[in-house]
Amino acid sequence: MIYLIAALVIWAVGWLMNMWLAQSAQSDTRVVSLIIPAIFGVTLLLMWEVLVRGFEVSAVILPPPSMIWERMINEGPRLWADFEQTIIKGAMTGYVIGALAAFGVALLADRSEFLSRGILPVGGFMAALPIVGTAPIFVKWLGSDWESKAAVVGVMVFFPILVNTVAGLKDTSAMQRDLMRTYGAGYWPTLLKLRLPAAMPFIFNGLKIATTLALIGAIVAEFFGSPTVGMGFRISTSVGQLALDMVWAEIVVAAIAGSAFYGLMALIEKRVTFWHPSQR
Amino acid sequence: MKSILPVLTVVGAILLFWIVAVIPMNIHLAADMAQRQDMLVTPDTPAARQDVGSISLALQNPNVIPMTYSLDRPRLPSPDQIAVELYDTVIDKKITSKRSLVYHGWVTLSATLLGFAIGTTLGVALAVGIVFSRTMDKSVMPWAIVSQTIPILALAPMVIVMLGALGFQGLLPKAMISAYLSFFPVVVGMVKGLRSPDAMQLDLLRTYNASNAQGFWKLRLPASVPYLFASLKIGISASLVGAIVGELPTGAQAGFGARMLVGDQYGQPLVTWAALFAAAITAAVLVGFFSMLERITLRRMGTQAV
Repeated sequence: MIYLIAALVIWAVGWLMNMWLAQSAQSDTRVVSLIIPAIFGVTLLLMWEVLVRGFEVSAVILPPPSMIWERMINEGPRLWADFEQTIIKGAMTGYVIGALAAFGVALLADRSEFLSRGILPVGGFMAALPIVGTAPIFVKWLGSDWESKAAVVGVMVFFPILVNTVAGLKDTSAMQRDLMRTYGAGYWPTLLKLRLPAAMPFIFNGLKIATTLALIGAIVAEFFGSPTVGMGFRISTSVGQLALDMVWAEIVVAAIAGSAFYGLMALIEKRVTFWHPSQR
Repeated sequence: MKSILPVLTVVGAILLFWIVAVIPMNIHLAADMAQRQDMLVTPDTPAARQDVGSISLALQNPNVIPMTYSLDRPRLPSPDQIAVELYDTVIDKKITSKRSLVYHGWVTLSATLLGFAIGTTLGVALAVGIVFSRTMDKSVMPWAIVSQTIPILALAPMVIVMLGALGFQGLLPKAMISAYLSFFPVVVGMVKGLRSPDAMQLDLLRTYNASNAQGFWKLRLPASVPYLFASLKIGISASLVGAIVGELPTGAQAGFGARMLVGDQYGQPLVTWAALFAAAITAAVLVGFFSMLERITLRRMGTQAV
């Protein structure tokens, strides 16, 4: 009972602090708008810790955050090996291959109005399908190492990037294209100097959506077969051994990797599309 | 309407590529089988054939090519084999049969729909809270946005085991996964939608002396409908993926995910492919249903999709 009250007190303190901060005059400054969600996160973690310890919830159901943290410290090398196998070899390779392929197909399709009209709806349709289900097929074709994961990731990221690139390349006005024509610019100068830069906000939108898909693809594909290393492998075997603190540790790594990957893309976008209204 | 011909062309090109790809993908298997049926194959030992590329093997043995389309366990089945398998397991089998895809489809679909309903309801509720409470906006919204960038699907096996240890099995754990996958897109979309009325419109309501509640029901909620549909379409396909992945760790009892795993483990590629296509068709139908609902609703309301 006392733990329940402690948890409620923690909640109340955190919430009151946030209320005070959110109503204060500085609530829109950069620091405060980072502090508020941080306080909220810490409040939840503290409540989790107190409730799990207080009610003696078995670690098989929900380990306390401190135990997960301990695991992350102790299992550093293993987590790093899993990260390397799944994120760097599987997800990143697949992401680059899928993005380049999508980019190439989009440029080819763009030369014909007819083709790009066909590719947009088909690509949009494919992007909504559960492509991650092709994982068992690719594992059978390419073996259980990272190549099959890269293939699944490549197919998953292909369609969102393709659709966004094709849509982006159409996003110039007749006036802008006419201006290029009065300069005597042919297909390639127009593409490089006008249409590709204009398409960049769309392309980065696709690239950002694809970061999450790449991680999901690489992790879930490992549930269908993998060498004895990798985040998906570790998650599924640790679940089997009821070592849930290890599972949570992997999830924390996945979350950090996902946000960092997305953040990296957003950062590059900011540098490339500095002229776009949404960046100013 | 004018994009029907281009779409058909693209789909036709994909099908053609697939049909051609069947030959090199299956030629080694087909050659082994042809030899067992005493047909003449060059080179004549499996080991020697391993060293020959797929395409040159196909060129050397043109009489084996038809067999690549009718293998029992092909590496890449041809489209018509999948169509036959789908017809067999969807229409010919009794719905109660363990091999009927309708049965497995319903197992997955019920979890998807239940989870989607839970996730959407909670998502809309949280979005309303975020729009009306500055504290909630400031503390929860950043986490909702960050959650879009992390692979929360990785939680699926753990949720299954966690709820299993608490005594929940079958439908509910999968629905939970579907729920949290559809939850965050709905929160983010609805917050955007409820905030979409501009200052002018909000000021107009203030000049009418409208209360906060009236502003919500008469302006914010209607304005958010296009955003809601956009998130519903993302949410329903995420829910389906969640339910399928949720079926993997329980050791393949029932559902599309289970069929994929069974086909994979027992070397029946047609089962895997049929389940995959059935799942894709289900996703297409669900998304199509919401697109239709969106079109009808928005036309009645006189607004446009975002």
